[in-house]
Amino acid sequence: MTVATIETVRQADGAQIRLSGEWTLVTLPPPIAGLELRLRDLASGNTCWDLQPIERMDSAGAILLWRAWGRQWPASLAVSGAHRSLLERVEAISADVEPEQPSASWTWIRLLGGGALAAIGHLAALLALIGQMLLDVAHLCVHPGDIPWREFSANLYKSGAQALPVTALIGFLIGIVLSYLSALQLATFGADVFIVNLLGISIVRELGPVLVAVLVAGRSGSAMTAQIGVMRVTEEIDALATMGVSRSLRLVLPKVLALALAMPLLVIWCSAAGIVGGMVAAKLQMDLSFGFFIDTLPKVVPVANVWIGLGKGAVFGVLIALIACHFGLRVKPNTESLSSRTTTSVVTSITVAILVDAVFAVLTRGVGLP
Amino acid sequence: MSARSDSGRQTPPAIEIRGLCTQFGDVVIHRDIDLDVEAGQMLGLVGGSGSGKTTLLREIVGLLAPSKGSVKLFGQAVLDPDPDLRRQLRRRFGMLFQQGALFSALSVFDNIAFPLRELRLLDEGMIADLVLLKLGMVELEARHGRLMPAELSGGMVKRVALARALSLEPELLVLDEPTAGLDPDRSENFVNLIKMLQKALGFTVVMVTHDPETLAGLATRLAVLADQRIVACGTAAEVFAVEHPFIRNFFSSGRAAATVRQGAC
Repeated sequence: MTVATIETVRQADGAQIRLSGEWTLVTLPPPIAGLELRLRDLASGNTCWDLQPIERMDSAGAILLWRAWGRQWPASLAVSGAHRSLLERVEAISADVEPEQPSASWTWIRLLGGGALAAIGHLAALLALIGQMLLDVAHLCVHPGDIPWREFSANLYKSGAQALPVTALIGFLIGIVLSYLSALQLATFGADVFIVNLLGISIVRELGPVLVAVLVAGRSGSAMTAQIGVMRVTEEIDALATMGVSRSLRLVLPKVLALALAMPLLVIWCSAAGIVGGMVAAKLQMDLSFGFFIDTLPKVVPVANVWIGLGKGAVFGVLIALIACHFGLRVKPNTESLSSRTTTSVVTSITVAILVDAVFAVLTRGVGLP
Repeated sequence: MSARSDSGRQTPPAIEIRGLCTQFGDVVIHRDIDLDVEAGQMLGLVGGSGSGKTTLLREIVGLLAPSKGSVKLFGQAVLDPDPDLRRQLRRRFGMLFQQGALFSALSVFDNIAFPLRELRLLDEGMIADLVLLKLGMVELEARHGRLMPAELSGGMVKRVALARALSLEPELLVLDEPTAGLDPDRSENFVNLIKMLQKALGFTVVMVTHDPETLAGLATRLAVLADQRIVACGTAAEVFAVEHPFIRNFFSSGRAAATVRQGAC
């Protein structure tokens, strides 16, 4: 392999630049930008070029020369036929097409408007999805044979049963943390026994449903968006449609119903784990017996709180599944869109769950508190 | 170094496979395969489905390690333990995947510019010129550079993938089913395009294909993979002379045999 070399040969009628060696992308000595500058300097003073000693030249070498010459042929050029045709191909490159620049004025208004339109579009599509689902439910009432039991139970298992260990672990740990921190505060007032009220109300009414919503949105919501998204990318959804299978009936409805059923059960499970955690920590920290804790709990936490927790669970479940399916159906056939839709889906579900939780808190402010 | 190796130094073959065996679990795919491809040749690899053609192709480009044996490209082991040598070798060949394997998040322009940018040697102006040149080579226009892969037709995907495979000026081009999924007209165009580029750039080609027209149009040599080994390798005439049930079956349809014979003899 011979390195690309540049020589200046003095002749009677002026200097001639002679290039030799291998002028290919792999063999050009880096930095190539420096080489281009040097050639450009030479080109400005000399118009006589001899490329015949060049052993090999590829399009990178040809483009380098062409750019150094200022995109025009030098006045005098000696070159072999093959290399000349290569240079001619470079000459034929059409001028760089600039992408259209969006006008810079009113950028923020455009952004705002675009965002608002996108939000309205999402809301409309979500509304259509809900409407389609209601139609599907009506259809299933008339034709009970079409109920997708297999998909329903598969989703129930995946998003419900398989989520049991992680929800129990998180609930238990949060219960311990909450109990431990509250005990320190309550002890300063000598109000140790109120730990039961505090833990009972906060876990059953608030923490249980919200924790499970966050976990399920991250666990099952993302999986649902990714699954439907990939099915769109690989045209599986179109294949379903050509077989006359409704995508909302077969894909969306089982997920929504499964989460609507699984979430309240997970809420109960997670709240129970949280209370057990709190009970253990109270025993270790304040020597509060298990018997006293269990005995006091139903007296200080009205049963309405359990119903509120269950109701929240069901509502969150429906919302998470709907949002996940909605974003899944909007995935465009490329990897970037898949990842951004999955992120948006999880972030939106968690935000919406907490928003709805706030609405619940306002609406039920007079219920279930002693 | 002896005087002989100094004076008559031969260029090593583009591909040199020695004693290659592949086994997945208990399933033996290849048994003791030897294959040489000289620089500038265009080899068509044929074989029944499941005979391990694509597996062999993946072993040639180093995506898969053979159970036994060695693969050398340009006299250098594909799976060399030195990562720098390996990276250098990978820049000397380009692969055209069956489905194109374009990066779906990047535009056509960025797809072709990607390997060039990875070199970290060229400035953006030069990359832009190179990309436009490659687009021109595969007979696409500069405005197509702004399209995303999802907006391309099947034939255009193949062209862009070819432009990307060619962007580093490879000495070896590996084609996996180059014309699968194209209608006969486009497939003929694509074959002519590769042929024209091969003539201009002089690279070596290895391809896997089922299409007799593609074989006839491109391949100067054939290698037949059957019974876990290469049963015949050579020009079309030499391959036809070999008595083997697969060769008889594959070229039994009169038209296919006529096309290949006509093209390759």
